[in-house]
Order: sequence, then C-alpha cells, then structure tokens
Amino acid sequence: MPSFSDLFRAKPRYITVKPPRPEEKKPRDIPDGLWLKCENCEALLYKKEIERNLRVCPNCGFHYKVSARERIEQLADPDSFREFAADLASGNPIDFPNYQEKLAAAQEKTGLREGVVTGEARMDGYPLILAAMDFGFIGGSMGSVVGEKVTLAIERAAEVRRPLVIVATSGGARMQEGILSLMQMAKTAAALGKLAGQRVPYFAVLANPCTAGVMASFASLGDVIIAEPGAVVAFAGPRVIAQTVREKLPPGAHRSEFMLEHGFVDLIVDRRELRRTLTQLFALHGVTREVSQ
Amino acid sequence: MTNGSLDFEKPLYELEKRIAELRQFTSEKDIDFSAEIRSLEEKAESLRQQIYSNLTSWQRVLLARHPRRPLSLDYIDRIFDDFIELHGDRNYRDDKAIVGGIGLLDGRPVTVIGEQKGKDTKENIARSFGWPYPEGYRKALRLMKQAEKFRRPVVTFIDTAGAFPGLEAEERGQAEAIARNLFEMAQLEVPIVCVVIGEGGSGGALAIGVGDRVYMLENSVYSVISPEGCAAILWHDAELKAQAADALKLTAADLLKLGVIHGIIPEPIGGAHRDYDEAARRVKEVVVRSLAELSTLPVDELKAQRYAHYRKLGHVVRPPKSTPGEMDTR
Repeated sequence: MPSFSDLFRAKPRYITVKPPRPEEKKPRDIPDGLWLKCENCEALLYKKEIERNLRVCPNCGFHYKVSARERIEQLADPDSFREFAADLASGNPIDFPNYQEKLAAAQEKTGLREGVVTGEARMDGYPLILAAMDFGFIGGSMGSVVGEKVTLAIERAAEVRRPLVIVATSGGARMQEGILSLMQMAKTAAALGKLAGQRVPYFAVLANPCTAGVMASFASLGDVIIAEPGAVVAFAGPRVIAQTVREKLPPGAHRSEFMLEHGFVDLIVDRRELRRTLTQLFALHGVTREVSQ
Repeated sequence: MTNGSLDFEKPLYELEKRIAELRQFTSEKDIDFSAEIRSLEEKAESLRQQIYSNLTSWQRVLLARHPRRPLSLDYIDRIFDDFIELHGDRNYRDDKAIVGGIGLLDGRPVTVIGEQKGKDTKENIARSFGWPYPEGYRKALRLMKQAEKFRRPVVTFIDTAGAFPGLEAEERGQAEAIARNLFEMAQLEVPIVCVVIGEGGSGGALAIGVGDRVYMLENSVYSVISPEGCAAILWHDAELKAQAADALKLTAADLLKLGVIHGIIPEPIGGAHRDYDEAARRVKEVVVRSLAELSTLPVDELKAQRYAHYRKLGHVVRPPKSTPGEMDTR
C-alpha cells in the first residue's frame, strides 16, 4: 500500500518475489507458516523476526495489527500486569440475530472474553492503568462490555491516580447492541471528564484502524494523542465515505500522517519507540517510578 | 408519494380526500351527504387507529424522515418567544445543519440548539441535508458554554441522519468535535434537556444529545447505525432495511425500555406532521416540566445525576463473584 512516507524510503534490501498470479486480497494479519511476504514491501521475511520486531516489518516499517494480549506484553514490564474486570461478558441485550454466535466465534478466535483487556501495570517501573483493544474481536467494536471495561479503567486511574494509557483500535460502536453501544461513547467520555477533574493524565494510542464511535469518543480525548504510523484514523472510514457521499479521497487521507497534518494527533510514534515515548511522557507529567517488588 | 403521504398511509389519505370532496359537494350543490360523511369518518377513524397503533419499526423510520415532518425551527418558532439565532463556531464557518440561539421559554431565557434539515432542495443543499460538519458541533458547544456562563438551561432538538462523513469533515476533525461535545456536555453546569424530534442518527445525534433528560417523540427513531447501513453490512443487502430496523431496536418504546431515554412524547394521531402546533405544544409541556424539576437541583447534584444516568447504560453479564479489580486467574 503506497503512502506518502514511502516516497522517502530506501529501496527494500530484500529480494522481492512477484506473486505467480494475482491472488485474492489477504487479510492484514500475519498468516501461519514460518515465512511470510510483507504486505507492504513484499519482502520475504522470517515470521519470528517480525514477531521479535513487535510486528513491525524490519524492512519497510509496516505496522501489523497486534492483539490486546501481545500489546500488553510489548508495553508492560514482565509480570507486572494485573488484569481487572476480566470476567465481564456480553449478553444479547436487544436479541440481535446471530450475536451470540458471533461473540462465541470471536472468543474462540482471540481467546478473549471481550474486545478490550484492562489492568494495572508498570512500564519501565512507572505505574499505570493500561487498556488494550483487540481488533480481532468483532473488529474491536465497542459494545456494553468494552464501554464498561474502559470506563472502569478510567475510574480506576482516577481513584489510584495513575496515568492511563488506552491503546485504541476499533471499527466503532458495535451494531449488535444497538443504541446501548452508542451510549458507551457518552459513558466513556463522561468518565474522562472525572479523570480530567483529578488532573490524572490520559495518553491515547491509536493503532490501525481507529474509527467511528471509538474515535468519536475516548480515543480523541487523550491529553496526548499518539498514533502509529500509517494507521487509518478517522471518523468515517474510506469505504463509508465512498458509499454515502461518493467522494473520491486523495491517497493517504484518513491515515495518521493526515491527522497529524490537520492537527488532530500530537505525534506519530513507531511502535518500537512507543514504550520509550510513553515513559518519557510519564516523567514529564511528574509520574514517579515504583520500585519493583 | 401524494400529498407527502407514505405508502402505508395512502388508504387513509384517500378516505380523507373523499370526505373532503363530499363536504365540498354538500356545500356547493346543497345535497345532504351527512350520513355518508359520518359513516366515512367512522371508517377513517378506525383506519387511523388501525394504522398508527400498529406501526412497524420501519414505518416509524419513514415517519421520522417524513418530508413534511416538523423540523427544529418549526418547534423553536412555536415554543420560544423572542428567539435570536446566533451563528458560527468562531473558528471556521457557520454550519447551517445546526441552528442555535437564545429564546424565552415562558419568559425565561434558554439556549436552544437544533439539527436542521431543509424544507426543499435548495435549503437542503445549504444545510447539507441536516448532516452537521465539525464546525456545527463546535458552534453548538460554543453556545452551550455561553449558556453555562450566563446560567441558562440548554434545550436541544435532535434530527439528523448522522454527522457528515466526508473528506472536509475529516480534515476539520469530525471525530474530535463529537468526542469533545460528549465530554463537555457530561460536565456542563446547567440543565440540559434533549428531544429527538425526527432521526437520531448515531454519533451525529449523540453529539448534541447528552443531557439530564432525553425524550423522544413517539415516531422518532434513534440508532447506532441506519437500518440501510446495518442491512448492507450484515446481510450485504440494503433492501433488508425493515428487518434491520426491527433488529436494531430503534423506536422510542425500545429506547425507553432499554433505559436510554426518560420518556416518550406522544404525537398527534397520524404523526407530528399532521398538526405542527399540537406537536409543539406537547414538546413544550415536557420541556417546561423537566426544566422546572431540574432547576431545583444544586449544580453538583445535577451533574451527579447526569453522570449516573450514562454510567449505568449498557448490559453487562457479571459472573456471581465478580468484583472489579479482581485478578485474572485464567
């Protein structure tokens, strides 16, 4: 996928192999097997190498999606994460057709009960409240439980006065819970009002993609908003715009770089620098390190 | 569509037309049709009851979008005295998809904000069909902060298919504008009463819809996604919109049952478009009563109650011994 920043990148150092025939578009997850071809630069890569590199292509810097658990592993100090509200589960409040099956399939696929994992953690010794969303769980959509867990995380941060980091990746509010999903936008935003009143900092990290109801609520309300490079960050994604107003979009619209240029993101941080940037921000906000047990 | 009537209303409209014709005939030709008229009127009344007491979700969507449905300014004209419209977000431009200003409600100043569709094509283009841009939401917020400063309550009228989804809206931060309004409205230090008068289209509606009391007109709808959008995503067929409308639980009765709204304002039979004055009178009554109740609350209590309302929304299954903060032992 060509983007603006590609213009300034060096030619791939790896041998590129053209596909024998045009294949159907693959999902942007890393497929099984030992080797894979980077979706972006087409370099042939050893899978373990990408994993070791925080799922960033070592060749072109393309950021692959990261599950909630893996994100927490990447960010939290080893064994420092204490999950809370892990057993909250979704019902089917509006009896939406096939919702329970969809939930079961998502649980099976991700190993998670719901689309966000929340807890207390330390990052390079700094105590924090950490929430990581999982795009693999029904597109990271926010239903009642995602909204509740995010709200509990915000309230916990206010209560224990620890900085809050939310890694947001979502297609928006979860259709299958109807209006209750929409109301999670108001609920999380209201809770952030309380956190702000306590003067506890909140750092939002936007990962690919972060759109619609989540982007139009807590993800846009960070004291500092960090986006990963090349992430789709938007209210209405390109497909929605194409369908509703039939506008043609210039290349790169809807990505982090576009949002940075237009003033809606504070900074774009490479995933390999994310921990360092966050801990720097903690220090700049007067957060002090805890001694490890 | 004739006389702006919807398909399911047609039999009734035809009957009403015949009654009107007979009446005219009576007066012009001096022939007594009173017995026929009476019998047709009885028929019309039972048909009216039959049609409007059994509306499907999709029929309510159609009524909520009815081309002759009263719009925000129709209510504002009838409910508030001395209304002065104020323009612009002081930042980019004046978005005509949202109107706002100050008016008197039974003699008391109130800030009024409403999403505004157009009555005809020309006005619809000027108002971008009632799809607000970020600057519309920022204008609304500016007026709300102004209301807070001068201790005026806020009344909002919700009627939009959604926040404008387009490149310009993205460039100016549609998501941020909505998020900011949710954040600020949750904390505003004056009472807020919101009324969904037509379409409550997702985040675009919620962005002026966080309040101490939220009401819906009987035939308005409020949904996380349009039935067409839902059907297109789920079943790859926008024509399954009626099924989607049912599945989404988007009627006033549904939202009351789910605890999202505080009450339903009944419409004149046949819908608000049949009698603007009566519809406005009913809306006014509810707004006046709500503000009377809310104005007695100290600010902290007002905000606490508002927070509590949104805090409890949602459906969460908690296993018996679950407590927040419990360690995950899986």
